[in-house]
Amino acid sequence: METFLAQAQRLQAPEIDYLAVAPILVVLGAACLSVLVEAFLPKPQRWSSQVVLTLLALAAAGGALAWYGGAEDTPAQGKVTLAGAVAVDQPVIFLWGTLLLLGFGAVLLIADRSVEPGGAFVADAAVRPGTVQDRAQAGRFGMQTEVFPLTLFALGGMMVFVAANDLLTMFIALEVLSLPLYLMCGLARRRRLLSQEAAVKYFLLGAFASAFFLYGVALLYGYAGSVKLADIATATAGTDRSDTLLYAGFGLLVVGLLFKASVGPFHAWTPDVYQGAPTPVTAFMAACTKVAAFGGILRVLFVAFEKSSWEWNGVLWGVAIVSMVIGAVLGLTQTDVKRMIAYSSVAHAGFLLIGSITLTSDGLSGTMFYLMAYGFTTIAAFGVVSLVRNSDGEATHLSQWAGLAKRSPITAAVFTFLLLALAGIPLTSGFIGKFVVFAAALKSGMAPLVVIALIASAVAAFFYLRVIVLMYFSEPAADGPTVSVPGAFTTVAITMGAAITLVLGLWPAFALDWAGAGGFVF
Amino acid sequence: MSWTLIALLLLPLAGGVVVAFLRRDDRIAKAVALVFALAELVLAVLAWVAYDPSSDARLQLTSSVDWIPAFGVRLSFGVDGIALVMIALIAFLVPVVIGGSWADKLPEGRSAGGFFALLLVMQTGMVGVFAATDVFLFYVFFEAVLIPMYFLIGRFGGPNRQYAAMKFFLYSLLGGLVMLASVIGVYVAAADKLGTGTFDWATLVTVTRELPLSTQIWLFLGFFVAFAIKAPLVPLHTWLPDAGAEAPVGAGVLLVGILDKIGTFGFLRYCLPLFPLASQELAPLVLVLAVAGILYGSLLAVGQSDLKRFVAYTSIAHFGFIALGIFAFSSQAGTGAVLYMVNHGISTGMLFLVVGMVMARGGSRLIEDYGGMAKLTPVLGGLFFVAGLSSLALPGTNSFVSEFLVLVGSYPNEPVYTILAAVGMVLAALYVLWLYQRIFQGPVRGTALVGATGGPGAAVDPERAAVPDLGKRELAVLAPLVALILVLGFYPKPVLDVITPSVGATLSEVGVADPVAQEGK
Repeated sequence: METFLAQAQRLQAPEIDYLAVAPILVVLGAACLSVLVEAFLPKPQRWSSQVVLTLLALAAAGGALAWYGGAEDTPAQGKVTLAGAVAVDQPVIFLWGTLLLLGFGAVLLIADRSVEPGGAFVADAAVRPGTVQDRAQAGRFGMQTEVFPLTLFALGGMMVFVAANDLLTMFIALEVLSLPLYLMCGLARRRRLLSQEAAVKYFLLGAFASAFFLYGVALLYGYAGSVKLADIATATAGTDRSDTLLYAGFGLLVVGLLFKASVGPFHAWTPDVYQGAPTPVTAFMAACTKVAAFGGILRVLFVAFEKSSWEWNGVLWGVAIVSMVIGAVLGLTQTDVKRMIAYSSVAHAGFLLIGSITLTSDGLSGTMFYLMAYGFTTIAAFGVVSLVRNSDGEATHLSQWAGLAKRSPITAAVFTFLLLALAGIPLTSGFIGKFVVFAAALKSGMAPLVVIALIASAVAAFFYLRVIVLMYFSEPAADGPTVSVPGAFTTVAITMGAAITLVLGLWPAFALDWAGAGGFVF
Repeated sequence: MSWTLIALLLLPLAGGVVVAFLRRDDRIAKAVALVFALAELVLAVLAWVAYDPSSDARLQLTSSVDWIPAFGVRLSFGVDGIALVMIALIAFLVPVVIGGSWADKLPEGRSAGGFFALLLVMQTGMVGVFAATDVFLFYVFFEAVLIPMYFLIGRFGGPNRQYAAMKFFLYSLLGGLVMLASVIGVYVAAADKLGTGTFDWATLVTVTRELPLSTQIWLFLGFFVAFAIKAPLVPLHTWLPDAGAEAPVGAGVLLVGILDKIGTFGFLRYCLPLFPLASQELAPLVLVLAVAGILYGSLLAVGQSDLKRFVAYTSIAHFGFIALGIFAFSSQAGTGAVLYMVNHGISTGMLFLVVGMVMARGGSRLIEDYGGMAKLTPVLGGLFFVAGLSSLALPGTNSFVSEFLVLVGSYPNEPVYTILAAVGMVLAALYVLWLYQRIFQGPVRGTALVGATGGPGAAVDPERAAVPDLGKRELAVLAPLVALILVLGFYPKPVLDVITPSVGATLSEVGVADPVAQEGK
């Protein structure tokens, strides 16, 4: 006992820079608080308290981030804290800011109760949607609110994920962000079977991917003797270790990451899950998970495996090509709007991967800018998708969108703009994003990859255009869907997404400077 | 800092927005659109006056502000003589098109206000393409101008408009994306050489011409494919007959009159000065495509049964002449090619308009549905003939001067191609005169003129065919075109004075010895 206590005194608590990690603490703390709200507040009060709590938490986290980022004594190159487990540097600040803003938009979409009375989330699985009992329930209790703490936990996980400086922290963050997402996918009020199937599919495949990731971590530990990214980087600089462990470990690790980022050929879950999940959750997943996953990929590649790049570069070239081709070509055959955007996200993941494997500061800032641009466009696009409805809920089949411009010119115009942004037409953020990524790639001597990417963009443009053709040039079907008048929350979310898409297209200088402010610290 | 070009850019955009808000009342919307278009014309005249052809400055009326400092992208505008005449042509054609489309029958549920708003917005894009002196900015306008045209064809076009709009957009977008690769490539080359990246055209010219031939060829091809799709060169032309046939007449005039010239303008402004070595290396390829376009376009024009497709194919032949003049590398041919760009806009624009007037009376696009129309509409027949003569380059019309300059200027360098191209002149006479004969000469016949009276081409009683001749509005629309055809046919000097120094500067940037100038020494 004596000796034990003596040892305890020698144990030093790790130094924690609370200000630097304040945004994470705020989000995760609010998530815990939100669970308590769910447990103790009476049902009718929950929705308003949860919405206020969640939005306030995101705003407070944003404020803390801005304060830390703008403070005089903040080291410009960033700092490592929590005993080396978390690094807060310029890319992390950028990604946190992006995640918080995107999360804010997604929460607005999730909170909306006016488009679908009672919200988009299942209230009581025994009550069929649209029935008298369902309406009565919606009228009495508002909407089910478990989704708010789940969102906050997922977002907190994402923020840790992009800042994780060792592979174990990264794995835990991966689980913290994934588990709530699996649940959220199964919460749809309409088309429950589809939604639950999507949740199971996502969970099973996601569990496999996590196992791959963990196995990769184990092998890399065997290789480098440490799970710290910096130690792995040092180890790869030497040559006296087993390359087999490095290759196998890296391969398994990257498969886990690419799965989360829905990069082809690890994309198989994406269309089903995007289609089945409630649309606000799809928006959250599509935008925020993409940012988090690529944030993680960037850090792992740039910090841990930069020196061994010649060994894996060729493989990731191939993966990027496969992803772009799968996304662009399979997107052509889709007849469902949500599946179409899912395949488009696979193609975009290919473009993002090109930026990630440049391993230059241009590539880093370009990829991060692309992430921001893509995230806002996607949130707004799914916001619009949630508005087009018929009596069975959302009308996502493309044929139902025919002639939409006649019924609802503003919705059609906004969606057209967002599609043009996804296609990368100038004066939208999508174009600037493509430009910065391709410029960085060309500088790194990846001309063939850039040409393939441009051809894939042209192919992908076809399916975006097809929707525009449907909306503007076709006559509306007699029993076609109506466009719901969006409530304030959805309006704000769509407006924010579309406005940022436009602003980043016209004046990208600010965001580009921010994205290029500095590199990783480790 | 000159504000002329900025005003030229912003005025139509403002007009488009205003007209879009006024589209509930078509009459007010049309009138406002016309006022904006005429104001733009006045501004263009002011720009023409302000431009000094004798000055040594390569680009004039320049203005420049930072846009994306991280990449050295600037909002830079400026014109040389070539861009100036194209901007003047835009400013001239848009009011003509608005007048010409005044009474168009639109597809059900579409408002004329929407049509004119899109026209004006497109005008901003077109001016921007020619006025941009920053390569990135040029690319932005190059793509942006597609969107209004896409909607013009897709919303207001003929029965097969969805297909045509999609084909037009995808062709252009694919070309644009290939060009984007080269735009980035040029930027990276400049960044390597200068340390900081820039898109400034004048700076880039000094950098890229030092690049080795193999690099130049790749970058050249990226730009070239985009421009060859725009200016349709065989075999990348197949979108034009569809788009031209389905586009509403007014949009069709701007499509072949202006948008396609972006391609030939691009050859002159980007391909040649940026990549002089590659331009000379690949000139034989371009010349083959040009001559093939002349012969192929002419032959297909002879065989067309659809009036609007006919105009589209004649344009493909004319673009062959322009490309021949540009890649023959002599000042006469180059000047001729630029003058051809202007004249083609005028004469083909007029041809498109009179074809539209014929179709407005007959309600059919098929040539065989018409016959002997000159007896019913002598004035329309006469003006159709004028447009046709200008299109076949009869001496005394504007096109003769330019076609002659192209052929004379090309001959010393490229005798074989020039002789082959001259065959196209003969074919032009064939397709124009034969078309005129079928539609306007002989006894009145054809289902379009009198309704179904026993099969196409059947003779009918002229008394029963109540087809009105041209009205005052239509005459007012065609009069300035006829005037320009004749004025430029006899006295092209004012335009040539503006063009010649810029073409000379372009050729000296390519660094080829001008055979004509040498003979003069």
